[in-house]
This record gives sequence, C-alpha cells and structure tokens, in this order.
Amino acid sequence: MTKAILITISVLFIFFMLVLPLISVITNSLSEGFTFYRKALQTEYVTTALKVTLFATVIAVTVNSFFGIIAAWLITKFSFRGKHVLATIIDIPFSISPVIAGLAFLMTFGRLGWASGYIDRINRFLGTDIKIVFALPGVALATIFVTFPFISREIIPVLNAQGREEEEAAALMGANGFTIFRKITFPHIKWALLYGIILCTARALGEFGAVNALSKTRGETFTLPLEIDALYLSGSADSITAAFAVSSILVIIAIVVLVLRNIVEYKAKRKKEV
Amino acid sequence: MVKRKVKNNSVIPGFSLTMGITLLMFSLIIFIPLASVLVYSFQLSPSEFIQLIAKKNVINAFKTSLLCSFVAAIINCFFGLILAWVLVRYEFIGKRLLDGLIELPFALPTAVAGITLSKMYSDTGILGRKFATLRIKVSYTKLGVTIALVFIGIPFVVRAIQPVLEKLDAQYEEAAYILGANRVTTFYKVIFPELKPALLTGFGLALARGIGEYGSVIYISGNSAKDQTQVVSYVIMQKLNYVDYAGATAIALVMLIISFTVLLFLNIIQVRQTKRTNNV
Repeated sequence: MTKAILITISVLFIFFMLVLPLISVITNSLSEGFTFYRKALQTEYVTTALKVTLFATVIAVTVNSFFGIIAAWLITKFSFRGKHVLATIIDIPFSISPVIAGLAFLMTFGRLGWASGYIDRINRFLGTDIKIVFALPGVALATIFVTFPFISREIIPVLNAQGREEEEAAALMGANGFTIFRKITFPHIKWALLYGIILCTARALGEFGAVNALSKTRGETFTLPLEIDALYLSGSADSITAAFAVSSILVIIAIVVLVLRNIVEYKAKRKKEV
Repeated sequence: MVKRKVKNNSVIPGFSLTMGITLLMFSLIIFIPLASVLVYSFQLSPSEFIQLIAKKNVINAFKTSLLCSFVAAIINCFFGLILAWVLVRYEFIGKRLLDGLIELPFALPTAVAGITLSKMYSDTGILGRKFATLRIKVSYTKLGVTIALVFIGIPFVVRAIQPVLEKLDAQYEEAAYILGANRVTTFYKVIFPELKPALLTGFGLALARGIGEYGSVIYISGNSAKDQTQVVSYVIMQKLNYVDYAGATAIALVMLIISFTVLLFLNIIQVRQTKRTNNV
C-alpha cells in the first residue's frame, strides 16, 4: 500500500514538475505550424546566436577539461598544506549566483574595472582592438566561470578511489609524468572525464545570467538563451512562439545530454562491476 | 603524514607544474574577478553601503529571494525524500526513466525553463487555467517564484539522499520491526537520523542555488516592485543595466556573504559526517 502511494506521488511530481514543461515547450513552439517553426529558426539573429553559443561552449569545455584534469591530478596525487581548502574553493562557482559572476568580470574588465587600462595599453601597443566586456571574450569567460568545477569534480572522486600506488610504481621505474598519465591515469578517468564534459557542455549551452551581464548586442554577442529572452520579451504572439521554437533546439540538446549521461553512467558502473 | 607537512615528497612527478597551472587558473577565473567586486565594494563608505542595501526594493528583493528559496527547499526535501526512497527501495516499470528525468533541471537551460513555466502557470496556460478556477494566481506572484525554485532545486536533494539510502543497511530496520516498532517509529528513529546530513546538504545546495537563481525565475516572477516579486539577482541585473555599479556591488557583497555562509555550513556537516562514519 505504502509502495503504491509513494510511487504514485513520485510519478505525479515528475510528470507535473518536469515532463509537462518539456511537452509545453514543444507544443508551444509548433503552435503556429511547421513552416513558421522553420522560419523562426532561420533568422540571422538565431544563426549568429547559435554560432556564439557553440563558440563559448567549445572554449569553456576545452579550458575546463584541461584545468579539470590538472587540478584533479594535483589534488589526488600529492599531499600538501591547504589541499582541502583548494578542493573546497573549486566549488565556489556552484554556490555563487551567475549574475554575480557576470558582475565580477564587469568590475575587472569593464570601463570602471582596474584591468581595462591595461587592455587599452595592450591594444595601443599592438594596434589591435581587443574588447572583453560586451564582446565575445567576455561571453566565453562567463561561460568558463560557471562551468569551472564540473569536470574536476567528476574526476577527483575516481582518482581518490584509485589511490596512488600504480603511478608511484611507474614513477619509480622511471616513467615520465606524461607517460604515467597517458598509460595509467587516463584509462581510469576516461568515463568520468566524458561524464564531466557532457555536464559541462549542457551547462555551457544554457548559461544565461552570467552571459546576460556581459553581452549587449543582439545578432553579435547574443547566445541562444539571450536570443530566447529577447524574443520572449518583445511580447508579440509571433515572437513568443519564435522564442519557444528556439527553446525547442535547447530542449532537444538537453534530452540528448540526459540520454548520453545515462549511457555513460551505465557503462562506467558496468566496468566497475566487472 | 607528519613528514609531508610543507614540502611535497611524492615520487610522482609534476607537482610544481600542476600546482602552478591550477593556481594560475584559479586566480584568473575566480579570485581576481571576485576580488575586483570586493575591492570595489570596499571603496564604498559604510554609510553609503548601508544606504544602498537599505533601499526598500533591495530589502524586499532579499526577503522574496530568501523566503521563496527557503519554502522551495523545504518542499524539495519532502518530495526529494519520497523520490529517492522510491528510486532506491522499489522496483517498477519505468524506474530508469524516472531516475534519468530527475536531472532534467540540470540539463535544461534556465531561460527555457523560465519561459515555459511562466507560460504554463499564466492564466491561460495548461496549469494556470486550473489554478485560476480555484482563484489562485501563480504566474507573477511569489507562489510562481517558489514553483520555479522547486523545479531547479529538486535534483540537488534527490542526488544527495540517493547514495546514502543505497548504503543504508536494511538490517537495522528489520531489527526495529522485529522489536515491534511500527513503520512511522522506525522511520523517525532508525532511518531519518541516518539521512539527516544528506538531507541538510541537499537543502543547503537547493537553498544556495535558489537565492542566486536568475533565468528560471525572472519570467514567472513578473519582477514587480509593488507586488514584491523582484528577486535579488533581478535587482542586480537591473542596476547593471542602469550602470549603477555601486548599487550592484553592494548587493553582490551581501549575496557573496550568504553563499559563503551556506558553503561553510555544508562543509561543517560533511566533516561531521565523515568523522561519525569513521568512528563507527
């Protein structure tokens, strides 16, 4: 009896809270018909937004994979003072509002920020016109910030569980650091890394608050979530439907991410059991 | 362990290289930008700071954000516990699907969640219509904000409780039943104490995320100063749009203090938890 009640509550909760919104995006996006849907996705604003989003995502995933592997190696293979503090600091972007992340970059590189003078000087010296705030580098930086912990967080527990003996043995036999990593550590963290990359990609594609503070030009530095925001807020029935049409791309990506995640998790679990 | 206090003497190579890169990345991505916010906020005199924080709409925004996140986190703890229990203890058709769906709020962009929830719960939306016949307004009220925060908070609670429930030994429950305890007593005396740290962790994460949430909340909240439905991150964003950096940083400082307090609180729970399990 209890079992039936609890399962019913769970299914109802999941249906109303999670499944219904998904269905709602799709039905709303197709409410004006399929031709409208296709046209809504082919505007210049949307294609640029897609490019900007992919650009920021690729940079964020690359930087964070590199950092994640290195930080995980540092934290799990060595003992040093302040290690726990360092491991905790990695999680800071999780507990900070994305809007504050955006503000932080504005206060650093913006007109009032202390680094803007240096950037001006570099620009004058090199004859370039690099802009960070309200330009693509700012969008990329904001995306890196909000996804910073994702990959290291997945790898650290795996390496902790594995211990250091194998690497120590290899080092004593004279293997260099890169060989040890490639031959011993990497096979262990492969699945965790992939898992982290999937999570990081999902979050990077959908980041809104932090990017919103650092991007001001529609059709140039707007990402897909910002484009959705612009369409939704312009208020006419057509543009709201267009906003849902653009959203449906991100919904499809979200579903693909969930499926991939489950596959990776399943494979990693099976590997552990074998 | 005592020997390895200051200098690292592991035989594995790469200590200084990885340490250098990690610290450099930390500084560039996290420390320097956050320090810029701090430095700027310290330029404000205490009276200026208080003036900026004590504005009526700012205080109302803090009240709304804290209240809605708190209520949402409580709701999430209740449903999260049921969901985790069902997913760990019972077998039924579609369980894997249910389990996979829990993380939808992590994968779905917040802006998409925001516009969808807002539309669903508006007076003409699929769920809003039902609520309207009951004379309950959801979109553009605090109730709407709370629902959006329940949406984004649920995976934190479920994923915090699930692993603990999986490890929980059914022997103690059986012993309690044999000794004559009923289900409710067994739950409160045997299961709940074991789950408390995980539940608190999930609560803290959902709360922290809720206070800073932006995308999923702003559409459903209506952002009206009069109805007190502005959330803190909306006020910051509004100030940034008006280039009122002083106001934005002052609020950000208070939010940073709240985030760090929650983070510290979670760490204390976790340290206590590991101590407890190690002693047993």
